[in-house]
Amino acid sequence: MVAALCLSAGAALAQEQKIDPWPGLVTDIFHDRPIASHEGVVALEAPKRAEDAAIVPMTISLLAPGLRAATLVIDENPMPMAAAFSFGEGAGVTKIETRVRVNSYTNVHVVSQTGDGALHSVVKFVKASGGCSAPAIKDQDEASANLGKMKYRELPSENPALREAQIMIRHPNNSGLQMDPLTRAYIPAHYVDKVEVRQGDALIFSMEGGISLSEDPSFRFAYKPNGAKVMRVEARDNQGNVFKGEWPIGGAS
Amino acid sequence: MLQRTIRRLAIAFLCLVAGGAKSFELTEIAPGVFAHQGVTALMSRDNLGGIANLGAIVGAEAVAVIDTGGSRAEGEAFLAALQQRTTKPIRYVIDTHVHPDHIFGNIAFRDTGAVFVGHKNLARAMAARGPHYLSSFREAMGALLDDVILVPPTLTVERETILDLGGRKITLKAWRTAHSDSDLTVLDSQSGTLFTGDLLFLQHVPIVDGSLLGFLSVIEELRKIEAVRVVPGHGPAVAPWPQALEAQKAYLDHLTRDLRADIAKGETLARAVTTAGRGEKPNWLLFEDYHTRNATAGFAELEWEAP
Repeated sequence: MVAALCLSAGAALAQEQKIDPWPGLVTDIFHDRPIASHEGVVALEAPKRAEDAAIVPMTISLLAPGLRAATLVIDENPMPMAAAFSFGEGAGVTKIETRVRVNSYTNVHVVSQTGDGALHSVVKFVKASGGCSAPAIKDQDEASANLGKMKYRELPSENPALREAQIMIRHPNNSGLQMDPLTRAYIPAHYVDKVEVRQGDALIFSMEGGISLSEDPSFRFAYKPNGAKVMRVEARDNQGNVFKGEWPIGGAS
Repeated sequence: MLQRTIRRLAIAFLCLVAGGAKSFELTEIAPGVFAHQGVTALMSRDNLGGIANLGAIVGAEAVAVIDTGGSRAEGEAFLAALQQRTTKPIRYVIDTHVHPDHIFGNIAFRDTGAVFVGHKNLARAMAARGPHYLSSFREAMGALLDDVILVPPTLTVERETILDLGGRKITLKAWRTAHSDSDLTVLDSQSGTLFTGDLLFLQHVPIVDGSLLGFLSVIEELRKIEAVRVVPGHGPAVAPWPQALEAQKAYLDHLTRDLRADIAKGETLARAVTTAGRGEKPNWLLFEDYHTRNATAGFAELEWEAP
Protein backbone atom coordinates (compact mmCIF):
# COMPACT_ATOMS: atom_id res chain seq x y z
CA MET A 1 0.00 0.00 0.00
CA VAL A 2 2.68 2.41 1.03
CA ALA A 3 4.87 1.22 -1.81
CA ALA A 4 2.04 1.76 -4.28
CA LEU A 5 1.53 5.32 -3.04
CA CYS A 6 5.20 6.07 -3.39
CA LEU A 7 5.30 4.57 -6.86
CA SER A 8 2.34 6.53 -8.18
CA ALA A 9 3.73 9.76 -6.78
CA GLY A 10 6.99 9.08 -8.59
CA ALA A 11 5.19 8.44 -11.85
CA ALA A 12 3.17 11.65 -11.49
CA LEU A 13 6.31 13.68 -10.91
CA ALA A 14 7.94 12.16 -13.97
CA GLN A 15 4.94 12.95 -16.17
CA GLU A 16 4.68 16.58 -15.12
CA GLN A 17 8.03 17.40 -16.67
CA LYS A 18 7.56 15.60 -19.99
CA ILE A 19 7.82 17.92 -22.97
CA ASP A 20 9.08 16.62 -26.33
CA PRO A 21 12.19 18.67 -27.20
CA TRP A 22 12.31 17.50 -30.83
CA PRO A 23 10.23 20.28 -32.46
CA GLY A 24 12.50 22.86 -30.82
CA LEU A 25 15.58 20.98 -31.99
CA VAL A 26 14.27 20.92 -35.57
CA THR A 27 14.10 24.70 -35.33
CA ASP A 28 17.50 25.18 -33.69
CA ILE A 29 19.60 22.62 -35.55
CA PHE A 30 17.80 22.25 -38.88
CA HIS A 31 16.21 25.71 -39.21
CA ASP A 32 12.72 24.24 -39.55
CA ARG A 33 13.51 22.53 -42.83
CA PRO A 34 11.13 19.68 -43.61
CA ILE A 35 12.43 16.28 -42.52
CA ALA A 36 11.12 13.13 -44.20
CA SER A 37 11.17 9.78 -42.46
CA HIS A 38 11.48 7.31 -45.35
CA GLU A 39 13.01 3.97 -44.63
CA GLY A 40 16.06 3.03 -46.60
CA VAL A 41 17.98 6.33 -46.59
CA VAL A 42 19.72 6.16 -43.25
CA ALA A 43 19.54 3.70 -40.34
CA LEU A 44 20.49 3.93 -36.69
CA GLU A 45 21.51 1.03 -34.49
CA ALA A 46 21.23 1.94 -30.79
CA PRO A 47 20.79 -0.21 -27.69
CA LYS A 48 17.28 -0.22 -26.22
CA ARG A 49 18.87 0.23 -22.83
CA ALA A 50 22.03 2.22 -22.20
CA GLU A 51 23.92 -0.25 -20.03
CA ASP A 52 26.73 2.15 -19.30
CA ALA A 53 25.16 5.56 -19.77
CA ALA A 54 28.62 7.04 -20.33
CA ILE A 55 29.45 4.71 -23.24
CA VAL A 56 26.46 4.08 -25.48
CA PRO A 57 27.36 2.75 -28.92
CA MET A 58 25.53 4.32 -31.88
CA THR A 59 25.95 3.04 -35.42
CA ILE A 60 24.78 5.09 -38.36
CA SER A 61 24.35 3.23 -41.65
CA LEU A 62 24.21 5.30 -44.82
CA LEU A 63 21.94 3.25 -47.02
CA ALA A 64 21.23 5.58 -49.94
CA PRO A 65 24.19 6.30 -52.23
CA GLY A 66 25.87 9.69 -52.16
CA LEU A 67 24.81 10.84 -48.69
CA ARG A 68 27.14 13.64 -47.66
CA ALA A 69 26.01 14.42 -44.11
CA ALA A 70 24.48 12.81 -41.05
CA THR A 71 23.70 14.47 -37.71
CA LEU A 72 23.25 12.51 -34.49
CA VAL A 73 20.93 14.16 -31.95
CA ILE A 74 20.30 12.93 -28.38
CA ASP A 75 17.07 14.79 -27.76
CA GLU A 76 17.05 14.95 -23.95
CA ASN A 77 20.76 15.62 -23.41
CA PRO A 78 21.93 19.06 -22.18
CA MET A 79 23.73 19.52 -25.51
CA PRO A 80 21.58 17.46 -27.88
CA MET A 81 23.63 17.75 -31.05
CA ALA A 82 26.11 14.96 -30.37
CA ALA A 83 27.90 14.81 -33.70
CA ALA A 84 27.41 16.28 -37.16
CA PHE A 85 29.29 14.22 -39.73
CA SER A 86 30.19 15.38 -43.25
CA PHE A 87 31.50 12.78 -45.65
CA GLY A 88 34.11 13.41 -48.32
CA GLU A 89 33.07 13.16 -51.96
CA GLY A 90 33.89 9.69 -53.20
CA ALA A 91 34.89 8.54 -49.70
CA GLY A 92 32.17 5.92 -49.93
CA VAL A 93 31.39 5.93 -46.22
CA THR A 94 28.65 3.39 -45.59
CA LYS A 95 28.77 3.15 -41.82
CA ILE A 96 30.06 5.10 -38.86
CA GLU A 97 29.96 4.01 -35.24
CA THR A 98 30.59 6.30 -32.30
CA ARG A 99 29.80 6.34 -28.56
CA VAL A 100 27.76 8.86 -26.67
CA ARG A 101 26.57 9.77 -23.21
CA VAL A 102 22.87 9.42 -22.53
CA ASN A 103 21.56 11.48 -19.65
CA SER A 104 18.06 10.05 -19.29
CA TYR A 105 15.33 8.25 -21.24
CA THR A 106 15.51 9.85 -24.65
CA ASN A 107 14.80 9.70 -28.33
CA VAL A 108 17.91 9.63 -30.50
CA HIS A 109 17.59 11.00 -34.03
CA VAL A 110 19.83 10.72 -37.05
CA VAL A 111 19.14 13.23 -39.79
CA SER A 112 20.82 12.72 -43.12
CA GLN A 113 20.93 14.88 -46.21
CA THR A 114 20.53 13.42 -49.69
CA GLY A 115 22.17 14.83 -52.84
CA ASP A 116 19.12 16.99 -53.62
CA GLY A 117 19.36 18.66 -50.18
CA ALA A 118 16.38 16.88 -48.66
CA LEU A 119 16.58 15.77 -45.03
CA HIS A 120 15.63 12.28 -43.86
CA SER A 121 15.52 11.05 -40.30
CA VAL A 122 15.23 7.92 -38.22
CA VAL A 123 14.59 7.77 -34.50
CA LYS A 124 15.29 5.26 -31.72
CA PHE A 125 14.26 5.38 -28.08
CA VAL A 126 17.01 4.66 -25.55
CA LYS A 127 16.53 4.01 -21.85
CA ALA A 128 19.43 5.10 -19.68
CA SER A 129 19.72 2.58 -16.86
CA GLY A 130 19.85 3.66 -13.22
CA GLY A 131 22.21 2.06 -10.74
CA CYS A 132 25.42 3.88 -10.03
CA SER A 133 26.13 4.64 -13.68
CA ALA A 134 26.66 8.35 -13.87
CA PRO A 135 27.63 9.74 -17.24
CA ALA A 136 30.87 10.80 -15.59
CA ILE A 137 34.54 10.14 -16.10
CA LYS A 138 35.68 6.91 -14.50
CA ASP A 139 39.22 8.04 -13.65
CA GLN A 140 39.61 11.78 -13.77
CA ASP A 141 43.39 11.85 -13.25
CA GLU A 142 44.06 9.41 -16.06
CA ALA A 143 41.75 11.29 -18.38
CA SER A 144 43.75 14.50 -17.91
CA ALA A 145 47.14 12.78 -18.10
CA ASN A 146 46.48 11.17 -21.48
CA LEU A 147 44.84 14.13 -23.20
CA GLY A 148 45.07 13.94 -26.96
CA LYS A 149 46.69 10.53 -27.37
CA MET A 150 45.34 8.76 -30.41
CA LYS A 151 45.06 5.26 -31.68
CA TYR A 152 44.33 3.88 -35.14
CA ARG A 153 43.09 0.36 -35.82
CA GLU A 154 42.30 -1.49 -39.02
CA LEU A 155 39.49 -3.98 -38.76
CA PRO A 156 38.11 -6.77 -40.90
CA SER A 157 35.67 -5.46 -43.48
CA GLU A 158 32.50 -7.32 -44.46
CA ASN A 159 32.63 -5.80 -47.93
CA PRO A 160 35.86 -6.53 -49.90
CA ALA A 161 35.54 -3.24 -51.82
CA LEU A 162 35.59 -1.28 -48.55
CA ARG A 163 37.99 -0.96 -45.63
CA GLU A 164 37.08 -0.60 -42.02
CA ALA A 165 39.06 1.41 -39.49
CA GLN A 166 38.76 3.00 -36.07
CA ILE A 167 40.13 6.25 -34.69
CA MET A 168 40.29 6.69 -30.90
CA ILE A 169 41.19 9.92 -29.12
CA ARG A 170 42.00 10.24 -25.41
CA HIS A 171 39.96 13.16 -24.11
CA PRO A 172 37.83 13.64 -20.99
CA ASN A 173 35.14 15.49 -22.95
CA ASN A 174 34.19 17.39 -19.78
CA SER A 175 30.62 18.54 -19.85
CA GLY A 176 30.94 21.91 -18.12
CA LEU A 177 27.99 20.85 -15.96
CA GLN A 178 30.09 19.83 -12.95
CA MET A 179 30.71 22.19 -10.06
CA ASP A 180 34.02 22.44 -8.23
CA PRO A 181 33.14 21.78 -4.58
CA LEU A 182 35.66 24.30 -3.23
CA THR A 183 35.23 27.27 -5.54
CA ARG A 184 31.54 26.61 -6.31
CA ALA A 185 32.43 27.50 -9.89
CA TYR A 186 31.61 25.28 -12.81
CA ILE A 187 34.54 23.28 -14.15
CA PRO A 188 34.96 24.63 -17.69
CA ALA A 189 33.62 22.51 -20.51
CA HIS A 190 36.46 20.77 -22.33
CA TYR A 191 35.55 18.63 -25.27
CA VAL A 192 36.55 17.56 -28.75
CA ASP A 193 34.60 19.78 -31.10
CA LYS A 194 36.10 18.91 -34.50
CA VAL A 195 37.69 15.86 -36.05
CA GLU A 196 38.90 15.39 -39.63
CA VAL A 197 39.95 12.01 -40.98
CA ARG A 198 41.70 11.73 -44.35
CA GLN A 199 43.19 8.99 -46.51
CA GLY A 200 46.14 10.83 -48.00
CA ASP A 201 44.73 14.29 -48.65
CA ALA A 202 41.20 13.14 -49.38
CA LEU A 203 38.60 13.67 -46.67
CA ILE A 204 36.85 10.56 -45.41
CA PHE A 205 34.76 12.41 -42.89
CA SER A 206 34.76 15.41 -40.64
CA MET A 207 32.79 15.71 -37.42
CA GLU A 208 31.63 18.60 -35.31
CA GLY A 209 30.55 17.53 -31.89
CA GLY A 210 30.16 18.32 -28.26
CA ILE A 211 29.80 17.00 -24.74
CA SER A 212 27.37 14.25 -25.68
CA LEU A 213 30.24 12.28 -27.19
CA SER A 214 31.74 9.84 -24.70
CA GLU A 215 34.98 10.36 -22.90
CA ASP A 216 37.77 9.12 -25.22
CA PRO A 217 35.81 9.66 -28.46
CA SER A 218 35.89 6.72 -30.86
CA PHE A 219 34.91 6.52 -34.53
CA ARG A 220 34.75 3.27 -36.43
CA PHE A 221 33.92 3.59 -40.09
CA ALA A 222 33.76 1.77 -43.39
CA TYR A 223 35.13 3.63 -46.42
CA LYS A 224 36.27 3.15 -50.00
CA PRO A 225 40.09 3.07 -50.29
CA ASN A 226 41.67 5.44 -52.84
CA GLY A 227 45.16 3.91 -52.80
CA ALA A 228 46.55 6.45 -50.33
CA LYS A 229 49.25 5.14 -48.03
CA VAL A 230 48.51 7.16 -44.90
CA MET A 231 45.57 7.83 -42.63
CA ARG A 232 45.68 11.37 -41.24
CA VAL A 233 43.66 12.66 -38.32
CA GLU A 234 43.37 16.14 -36.94
CA ALA A 235 41.24 16.76 -33.89
CA ARG A 236 40.56 20.02 -32.08
CA ASP A 237 38.97 20.78 -28.75
CA ASN A 238 37.04 23.80 -27.58
CA GLN A 239 40.04 25.10 -25.64
CA GLY A 240 42.10 25.44 -28.80
CA ASN A 241 44.19 22.28 -28.48
CA VAL A 242 45.03 20.54 -31.75
CA PHE A 243 45.88 16.85 -31.83
CA LYS A 244 47.32 15.18 -34.92
CA GLY A 245 47.95 11.57 -35.81
CA GLU A 246 49.26 9.82 -38.91
CA TRP A 247 49.51 6.09 -39.57
CA PRO A 248 50.42 3.92 -42.55
CA ILE A 249 47.42 2.21 -44.09
CA GLY A 250 48.12 -1.51 -43.90
CA GLY A 251 48.44 -3.30 -47.23
CA ALA A 252 47.82 -0.07 -49.14
CA SER A 253 48.73 -0.38 -52.81
CA MET B 1 2.93 23.96 -5.20
CA LEU B 2 2.11 23.93 -1.50
CA GLN B 3 -0.24 21.04 -2.08
CA ARG B 4 2.49 19.14 -3.83
CA THR B 5 4.91 19.81 -0.97
CA ILE B 6 2.40 18.54 1.55
CA ARG B 7 1.80 15.45 -0.53
CA ARG B 8 5.51 14.78 -0.74
CA LEU B 9 5.92 15.21 2.99
CA ALA B 10 3.06 12.84 3.64
CA ILE B 11 4.59 10.26 1.34
CA ALA B 12 7.98 10.73 2.95
CA PHE B 13 6.42 10.14 6.36
CA LEU B 14 4.61 7.01 5.18
CA CYS B 15 7.79 5.67 3.65
CA LEU B 16 9.71 6.33 6.83
CA VAL B 17 7.12 4.57 8.96
CA ALA B 18 7.10 1.62 6.60
CA GLY B 19 10.89 1.43 6.63
CA GLY B 20 11.25 2.16 10.31
CA ALA B 21 9.05 -0.78 11.14
CA LYS B 22 11.78 -3.11 9.98
CA SER B 23 14.51 -3.40 12.56
CA PHE B 24 18.07 -2.58 11.60
CA GLU B 25 20.27 -5.56 12.36
CA LEU B 26 23.75 -4.88 13.64
CA THR B 27 25.87 -7.91 14.48
CA GLU B 28 29.02 -7.97 16.60
CA ILE B 29 31.32 -10.03 14.35
CA ALA B 30 34.42 -9.63 16.58
CA PRO B 31 34.86 -7.87 19.93
CA GLY B 32 33.99 -4.22 19.31
CA VAL B 33 33.47 -4.74 15.57
CA PHE B 34 29.96 -4.47 14.16
CA ALA B 35 28.55 -5.19 10.73
CA HIS B 36 25.20 -4.76 9.07
CA GLN B 37 24.28 -6.81 6.01
CA GLY B 38 22.50 -4.97 3.22
CA VAL B 39 19.95 -6.75 1.06
CA THR B 40 21.20 -7.96 -2.30
CA ALA B 41 18.89 -5.90 -4.48
CA LEU B 42 18.69 -2.61 -6.33
CA MET B 43 18.09 0.50 -4.21
CA SER B 44 14.38 1.15 -3.78
CA ARG B 45 11.79 2.79 -1.56
CA ASP B 46 11.02 -0.56 0.00
CA ASN B 47 14.59 -1.23 1.15
CA LEU B 48 15.36 2.42 1.98
CA GLY B 49 18.41 2.08 -0.26
CA GLY B 50 19.77 -0.37 2.29
CA ILE B 51 21.71 -2.61 -0.05
CA ALA B 52 25.32 -2.11 1.10
CA ASN B 53 27.06 -3.67 4.08
CA LEU B 54 27.86 -1.13 6.80
CA GLY B 55 30.10 -1.34 9.84
CA ALA B 56 31.48 0.21 12.97
CA ILE B 57 34.59 -0.24 15.11
CA VAL B 58 34.50 0.69 18.79
CA GLY B 59 37.71 1.69 20.61
CA ALA B 60 38.24 2.58 24.27
CA GLU B 61 37.32 6.20 23.63
CA ALA B 62 35.51 6.51 20.36
CA VAL B 63 33.74 4.89 17.43
CA ALA B 64 34.45 4.83 13.68
CA VAL B 65 31.53 4.25 11.36
CA ILE B 66 32.22 2.65 7.97
CA ASP B 67 29.68 3.70 5.34
CA THR B 68 26.31 5.15 6.22
CA GLY B 69 23.76 3.55 3.91
CA GLY B 70 21.59 4.47 0.96
CA SER B 71 19.30 7.11 2.46
CA ARG B 72 18.97 9.41 5.43
CA ALA B 73 16.39 6.97 6.79
CA GLU B 74 18.85 4.09 6.65
CA GLY B 75 21.59 6.25 8.17
CA GLU B 76 19.30 7.16 11.04
CA ALA B 77 18.37 3.54 11.64
CA PHE B 78 22.07 2.65 11.68
CA LEU B 79 22.88 5.45 14.12
CA ALA B 80 20.04 4.40 16.44
CA ALA B 81 21.13 0.74 16.36
CA LEU B 82 24.73 1.71 17.05
CA GLN B 83 23.73 3.85 20.01
CA GLN B 84 22.03 0.80 21.49
CA ARG B 85 25.43 -0.93 21.49
CA THR B 86 27.72 1.84 22.65
CA THR B 87 27.50 5.25 24.26
CA LYS B 88 30.96 6.29 23.08
CA PRO B 89 31.09 9.23 20.70
CA ILE B 90 31.35 8.70 16.96
CA ARG B 91 34.65 10.32 16.08
CA TYR B 92 34.93 9.30 12.44
CA VAL B 93 32.53 8.55 9.61
CA ILE B 94 34.49 6.78 6.88
CA ASP B 95 33.14 6.55 3.32
CA THR B 96 34.63 3.65 1.38
CA HIS B 97 33.79 5.30 -1.97
CA VAL B 98 31.39 7.60 -3.78
CA HIS B 99 28.44 5.33 -4.59
CA PRO B 100 25.00 6.33 -3.30
CA ASP B 101 24.26 3.12 -1.40
CA HIS B 102 27.31 3.85 0.77
CA ILE B 103 27.13 7.64 1.25
CA PHE B 104 23.51 8.83 1.06
CA GLY B 105 23.22 8.12 4.80
CA ASN B 106 26.04 10.57 5.67
CA ILE B 107 23.54 13.29 6.37
CA ALA B 108 22.16 11.31 9.33
CA PHE B 109 25.58 11.55 11.01
CA ARG B 110 26.26 15.22 10.31
CA ASP B 111 25.24 16.36 13.78
CA THR B 112 27.20 13.72 15.68
CA GLY B 113 30.34 15.85 15.58
CA ALA B 114 32.18 13.15 13.66
CA VAL B 115 34.93 13.94 11.17
CA PHE B 116 34.06 12.68 7.69
CA VAL B 117 36.88 10.70 6.10
CA GLY B 118 37.43 9.58 2.52
CA HIS B 119 39.83 8.90 -0.35
CA LYS B 120 41.64 11.97 -1.71
CA ASN B 121 39.37 11.78 -4.78
CA LEU B 122 36.12 11.45 -2.86
CA ALA B 123 35.09 15.11 -2.66
CA ARG B 124 35.79 15.58 -6.37
CA ALA B 125 33.85 12.44 -7.23
CA MET B 126 30.92 13.58 -5.07
CA ALA B 127 30.90 16.94 -6.84
CA ALA B 128 31.10 15.37 -10.27
CA ARG B 129 28.50 12.69 -9.70
CA GLY B 130 26.34 13.86 -6.81
CA PRO B 131 23.76 15.86 -8.75
CA HIS B 132 23.38 13.02 -11.24
CA TYR B 133 22.91 10.47 -8.44
CA LEU B 134 20.26 12.60 -6.77
CA SER B 135 18.29 12.93 -9.99
CA SER B 136 18.79 9.44 -11.39
CA PHE B 137 17.78 7.66 -8.18
CA ARG B 138 14.63 9.78 -7.86
CA GLU B 139 12.57 7.25 -9.76
CA ALA B 140 13.58 4.32 -7.55
CA MET B 141 13.76 6.18 -4.24
CA GLY B 142 11.24 9.02 -4.60
CA ALA B 143 10.71 11.20 -1.54
CA LEU B 144 13.43 9.33 0.36
CA LEU B 145 15.91 11.52 -1.51
CA ASP B 146 14.28 14.80 -0.46
CA ASP B 147 16.46 15.08 2.61
CA VAL B 148 19.65 13.58 1.29
CA ILE B 149 22.51 16.08 1.19
CA LEU B 150 25.94 14.82 0.26
CA VAL B 151 28.48 15.41 3.02
CA PRO B 152 32.03 15.51 1.64
CA PRO B 153 35.05 14.41 3.69
CA THR B 154 37.09 16.94 5.66
CA LEU B 155 39.86 14.42 6.35
CA THR B 156 41.24 12.77 3.23
CA VAL B 157 43.49 9.81 2.76
CA GLU B 158 46.29 10.24 0.23
CA ARG B 159 47.81 6.76 0.65
CA GLU B 160 47.52 5.46 4.18
CA THR B 161 46.21 7.05 7.37
CA ILE B 162 46.03 5.60 10.87
CA LEU B 163 43.18 6.68 13.11
CA ASP B 164 43.18 6.14 16.87
CA LEU B 165 39.93 5.20 18.57
CA GLY B 166 41.63 4.95 21.98
CA GLY B 167 43.75 1.83 22.45
CA ARG B 168 42.62 0.71 19.01
CA LYS B 169 44.24 1.94 15.82
CA ILE B 170 42.67 1.38 12.44
CA THR B 171 44.48 1.68 9.12
CA LEU B 172 42.82 3.40 6.18
CA LYS B 173 44.27 2.80 2.74
CA ALA B 174 43.45 4.66 -0.47
CA TRP B 175 43.64 2.60 -3.67
CA ARG B 176 44.28 3.29 -7.33
CA THR B 177 41.22 3.33 -9.58
CA ALA B 178 39.59 -0.09 -9.33
CA HIS B 179 35.90 -0.50 -8.45
CA SER B 180 35.72 3.32 -8.51
CA ASP B 181 38.26 6.14 -8.39
CA SER B 182 37.72 6.71 -4.66
CA ASP B 183 38.11 3.26 -3.06
CA LEU B 184 39.25 3.11 0.56
CA THR B 185 39.71 0.10 2.87
CA VAL B 186 39.69 -0.01 6.65
CA LEU B 187 41.71 -2.55 8.61
CA ASP B 188 41.26 -3.24 12.31
CA SER B 189 44.46 -5.14 13.14
CA GLN B 190 43.34 -5.81 16.71
CA SER B 191 40.58 -8.16 15.56
CA GLY B 192 41.97 -8.98 12.11
CA THR B 193 38.93 -7.50 10.38
CA LEU B 194 39.15 -5.84 6.97
CA PHE B 195 36.38 -3.63 5.57
CA THR B 196 36.82 -3.51 1.79
CA GLY B 197 33.85 -1.44 0.68
CA ASP B 198 33.09 -2.43 -2.90
CA LEU B 199 36.61 -3.66 -3.59
CA LEU B 200 34.96 -6.96 -2.72
CA PHE B 201 31.61 -8.29 -3.84
CA LEU B 202 30.18 -11.62 -2.74
CA GLN B 203 27.06 -13.08 -4.38
CA HIS B 204 26.16 -9.62 -5.79
CA VAL B 205 27.86 -9.41 -9.20
CA PRO B 206 30.95 -7.17 -9.00
CA ILE B 207 30.60 -3.69 -10.49
CA VAL B 208 33.38 -2.04 -12.44
CA ASP B 209 32.87 1.70 -12.32
CA GLY B 210 36.57 2.52 -12.37
CA SER B 211 38.97 0.20 -14.17
CA LEU B 212 38.80 -3.50 -14.93
CA LEU B 213 42.59 -3.86 -14.99
CA GLY B 214 42.91 -1.67 -11.90
CA PHE B 215 40.39 -3.86 -10.07
CA LEU B 216 42.36 -7.00 -10.95
CA SER B 217 45.65 -5.52 -9.82
CA VAL B 218 44.14 -4.21 -6.56
CA ILE B 219 42.85 -7.73 -5.79
CA GLU B 220 46.43 -8.96 -5.83
CA GLU B 221 47.46 -6.16 -3.47
CA LEU B 222 44.50 -6.77 -1.16
CA ARG B 223 45.46 -10.41 -0.91
CA LYS B 224 48.62 -9.42 0.98
CA ILE B 225 46.69 -7.73 3.78
CA GLU B 226 46.87 -9.72 6.98
CA ALA B 227 43.37 -10.31 8.26
CA VAL B 228 41.20 -13.25 9.25
CA ARG B 229 37.85 -11.95 8.15
CA VAL B 230 36.41 -9.45 5.73
CA VAL B 231 33.28 -7.34 5.58
CA PRO B 232 32.64 -7.00 1.83
CA GLY B 233 30.68 -4.14 0.30
CA HIS B 234 27.86 -6.51 -0.69
CA GLY B 235 26.83 -10.04 0.15
CA PRO B 236 27.24 -11.80 3.52
CA ALA B 237 28.24 -9.38 6.29
CA VAL B 238 31.36 -11.37 7.06
CA ALA B 239 33.51 -13.91 5.21
CA PRO B 240 36.89 -15.62 5.61
CA TRP B 241 39.94 -13.78 4.30
CA PRO B 242 41.53 -13.93 1.77
CA GLN B 243 39.55 -16.86 0.25
CA ALA B 244 36.61 -14.48 -0.22
CA LEU B 245 38.50 -12.81 -3.09
CA GLU B 246 38.48 -15.84 -5.38
CA ALA B 247 35.00 -15.72 -6.92
CA GLN B 248 35.32 -12.05 -7.78
CA LYS B 249 38.75 -12.57 -9.28
CA ALA B 250 37.41 -15.40 -11.44
CA TYR B 251 34.61 -13.15 -12.70
CA LEU B 252 36.91 -10.27 -13.60
CA ASP B 253 39.46 -12.61 -15.21
CA HIS B 254 36.77 -14.29 -17.29
CA LEU B 255 35.38 -10.98 -18.49
CA THR B 256 38.84 -9.62 -19.31
CA ARG B 257 39.80 -12.76 -21.24
CA ASP B 258 36.63 -12.69 -23.34
CA LEU B 259 36.85 -8.97 -24.07
CA ARG B 260 40.50 -9.21 -25.13
CA ALA B 261 39.64 -12.05 -27.52
CA ASP B 262 36.75 -10.03 -29.00
CA ILE B 263 38.87 -6.92 -29.42
CA ALA B 264 41.64 -8.93 -31.09
CA LYS B 265 39.08 -10.29 -33.57
CA GLY B 266 37.88 -6.77 -34.40
CA GLU B 267 34.46 -7.32 -32.84
CA THR B 268 32.36 -4.20 -32.27
CA LEU B 269 31.58 -2.97 -28.78
CA ALA B 270 27.85 -3.36 -29.38
CA ARG B 271 28.23 -7.06 -30.20
CA ALA B 272 31.01 -7.98 -27.78
CA VAL B 273 29.09 -6.80 -24.74
CA THR B 274 26.28 -9.23 -25.46
CA THR B 275 28.55 -12.28 -25.10
CA ALA B 276 31.70 -11.48 -23.09
CA GLY B 277 31.81 -13.06 -19.64
CA ARG B 278 28.23 -14.30 -19.80
CA GLY B 279 29.32 -17.76 -18.69
CA GLU B 280 29.63 -16.24 -15.20
CA LYS B 281 25.89 -15.70 -14.98
CA PRO B 282 25.04 -18.73 -12.78
CA ASN B 283 27.54 -17.57 -10.16
CA TRP B 284 26.03 -14.18 -9.36
CA LEU B 285 22.93 -12.31 -8.30
CA LEU B 286 21.83 -9.13 -10.14
CA PHE B 287 23.87 -10.30 -13.13
CA GLU B 288 21.52 -8.82 -15.71
CA ASP B 289 21.48 -5.50 -13.90
CA TYR B 290 25.21 -4.85 -14.09
CA HIS B 291 27.09 -7.32 -16.21
CA THR B 292 26.60 -5.75 -19.62
CA ARG B 293 27.63 -2.42 -18.18
CA ASN B 294 30.82 -3.94 -16.84
CA ALA B 295 31.49 -5.41 -20.26
CA THR B 296 30.85 -2.05 -21.94
CA ALA B 297 33.23 -0.13 -19.69
CA GLY B 298 35.76 -2.96 -19.87
CA PHE B 299 35.69 -3.03 -23.66
CA ALA B 300 36.36 0.73 -23.87
CA GLU B 301 39.25 0.33 -21.45
CA LEU B 302 40.87 -2.79 -22.95
CA GLU B 303 40.60 -1.48 -26.49
CA TRP B 304 43.47 0.90 -25.69
CA GLU B 305 45.85 -1.95 -24.94
CA ALA B 306 45.16 -3.79 -28.23
CA PRO B 307 47.85 -3.63 -30.95
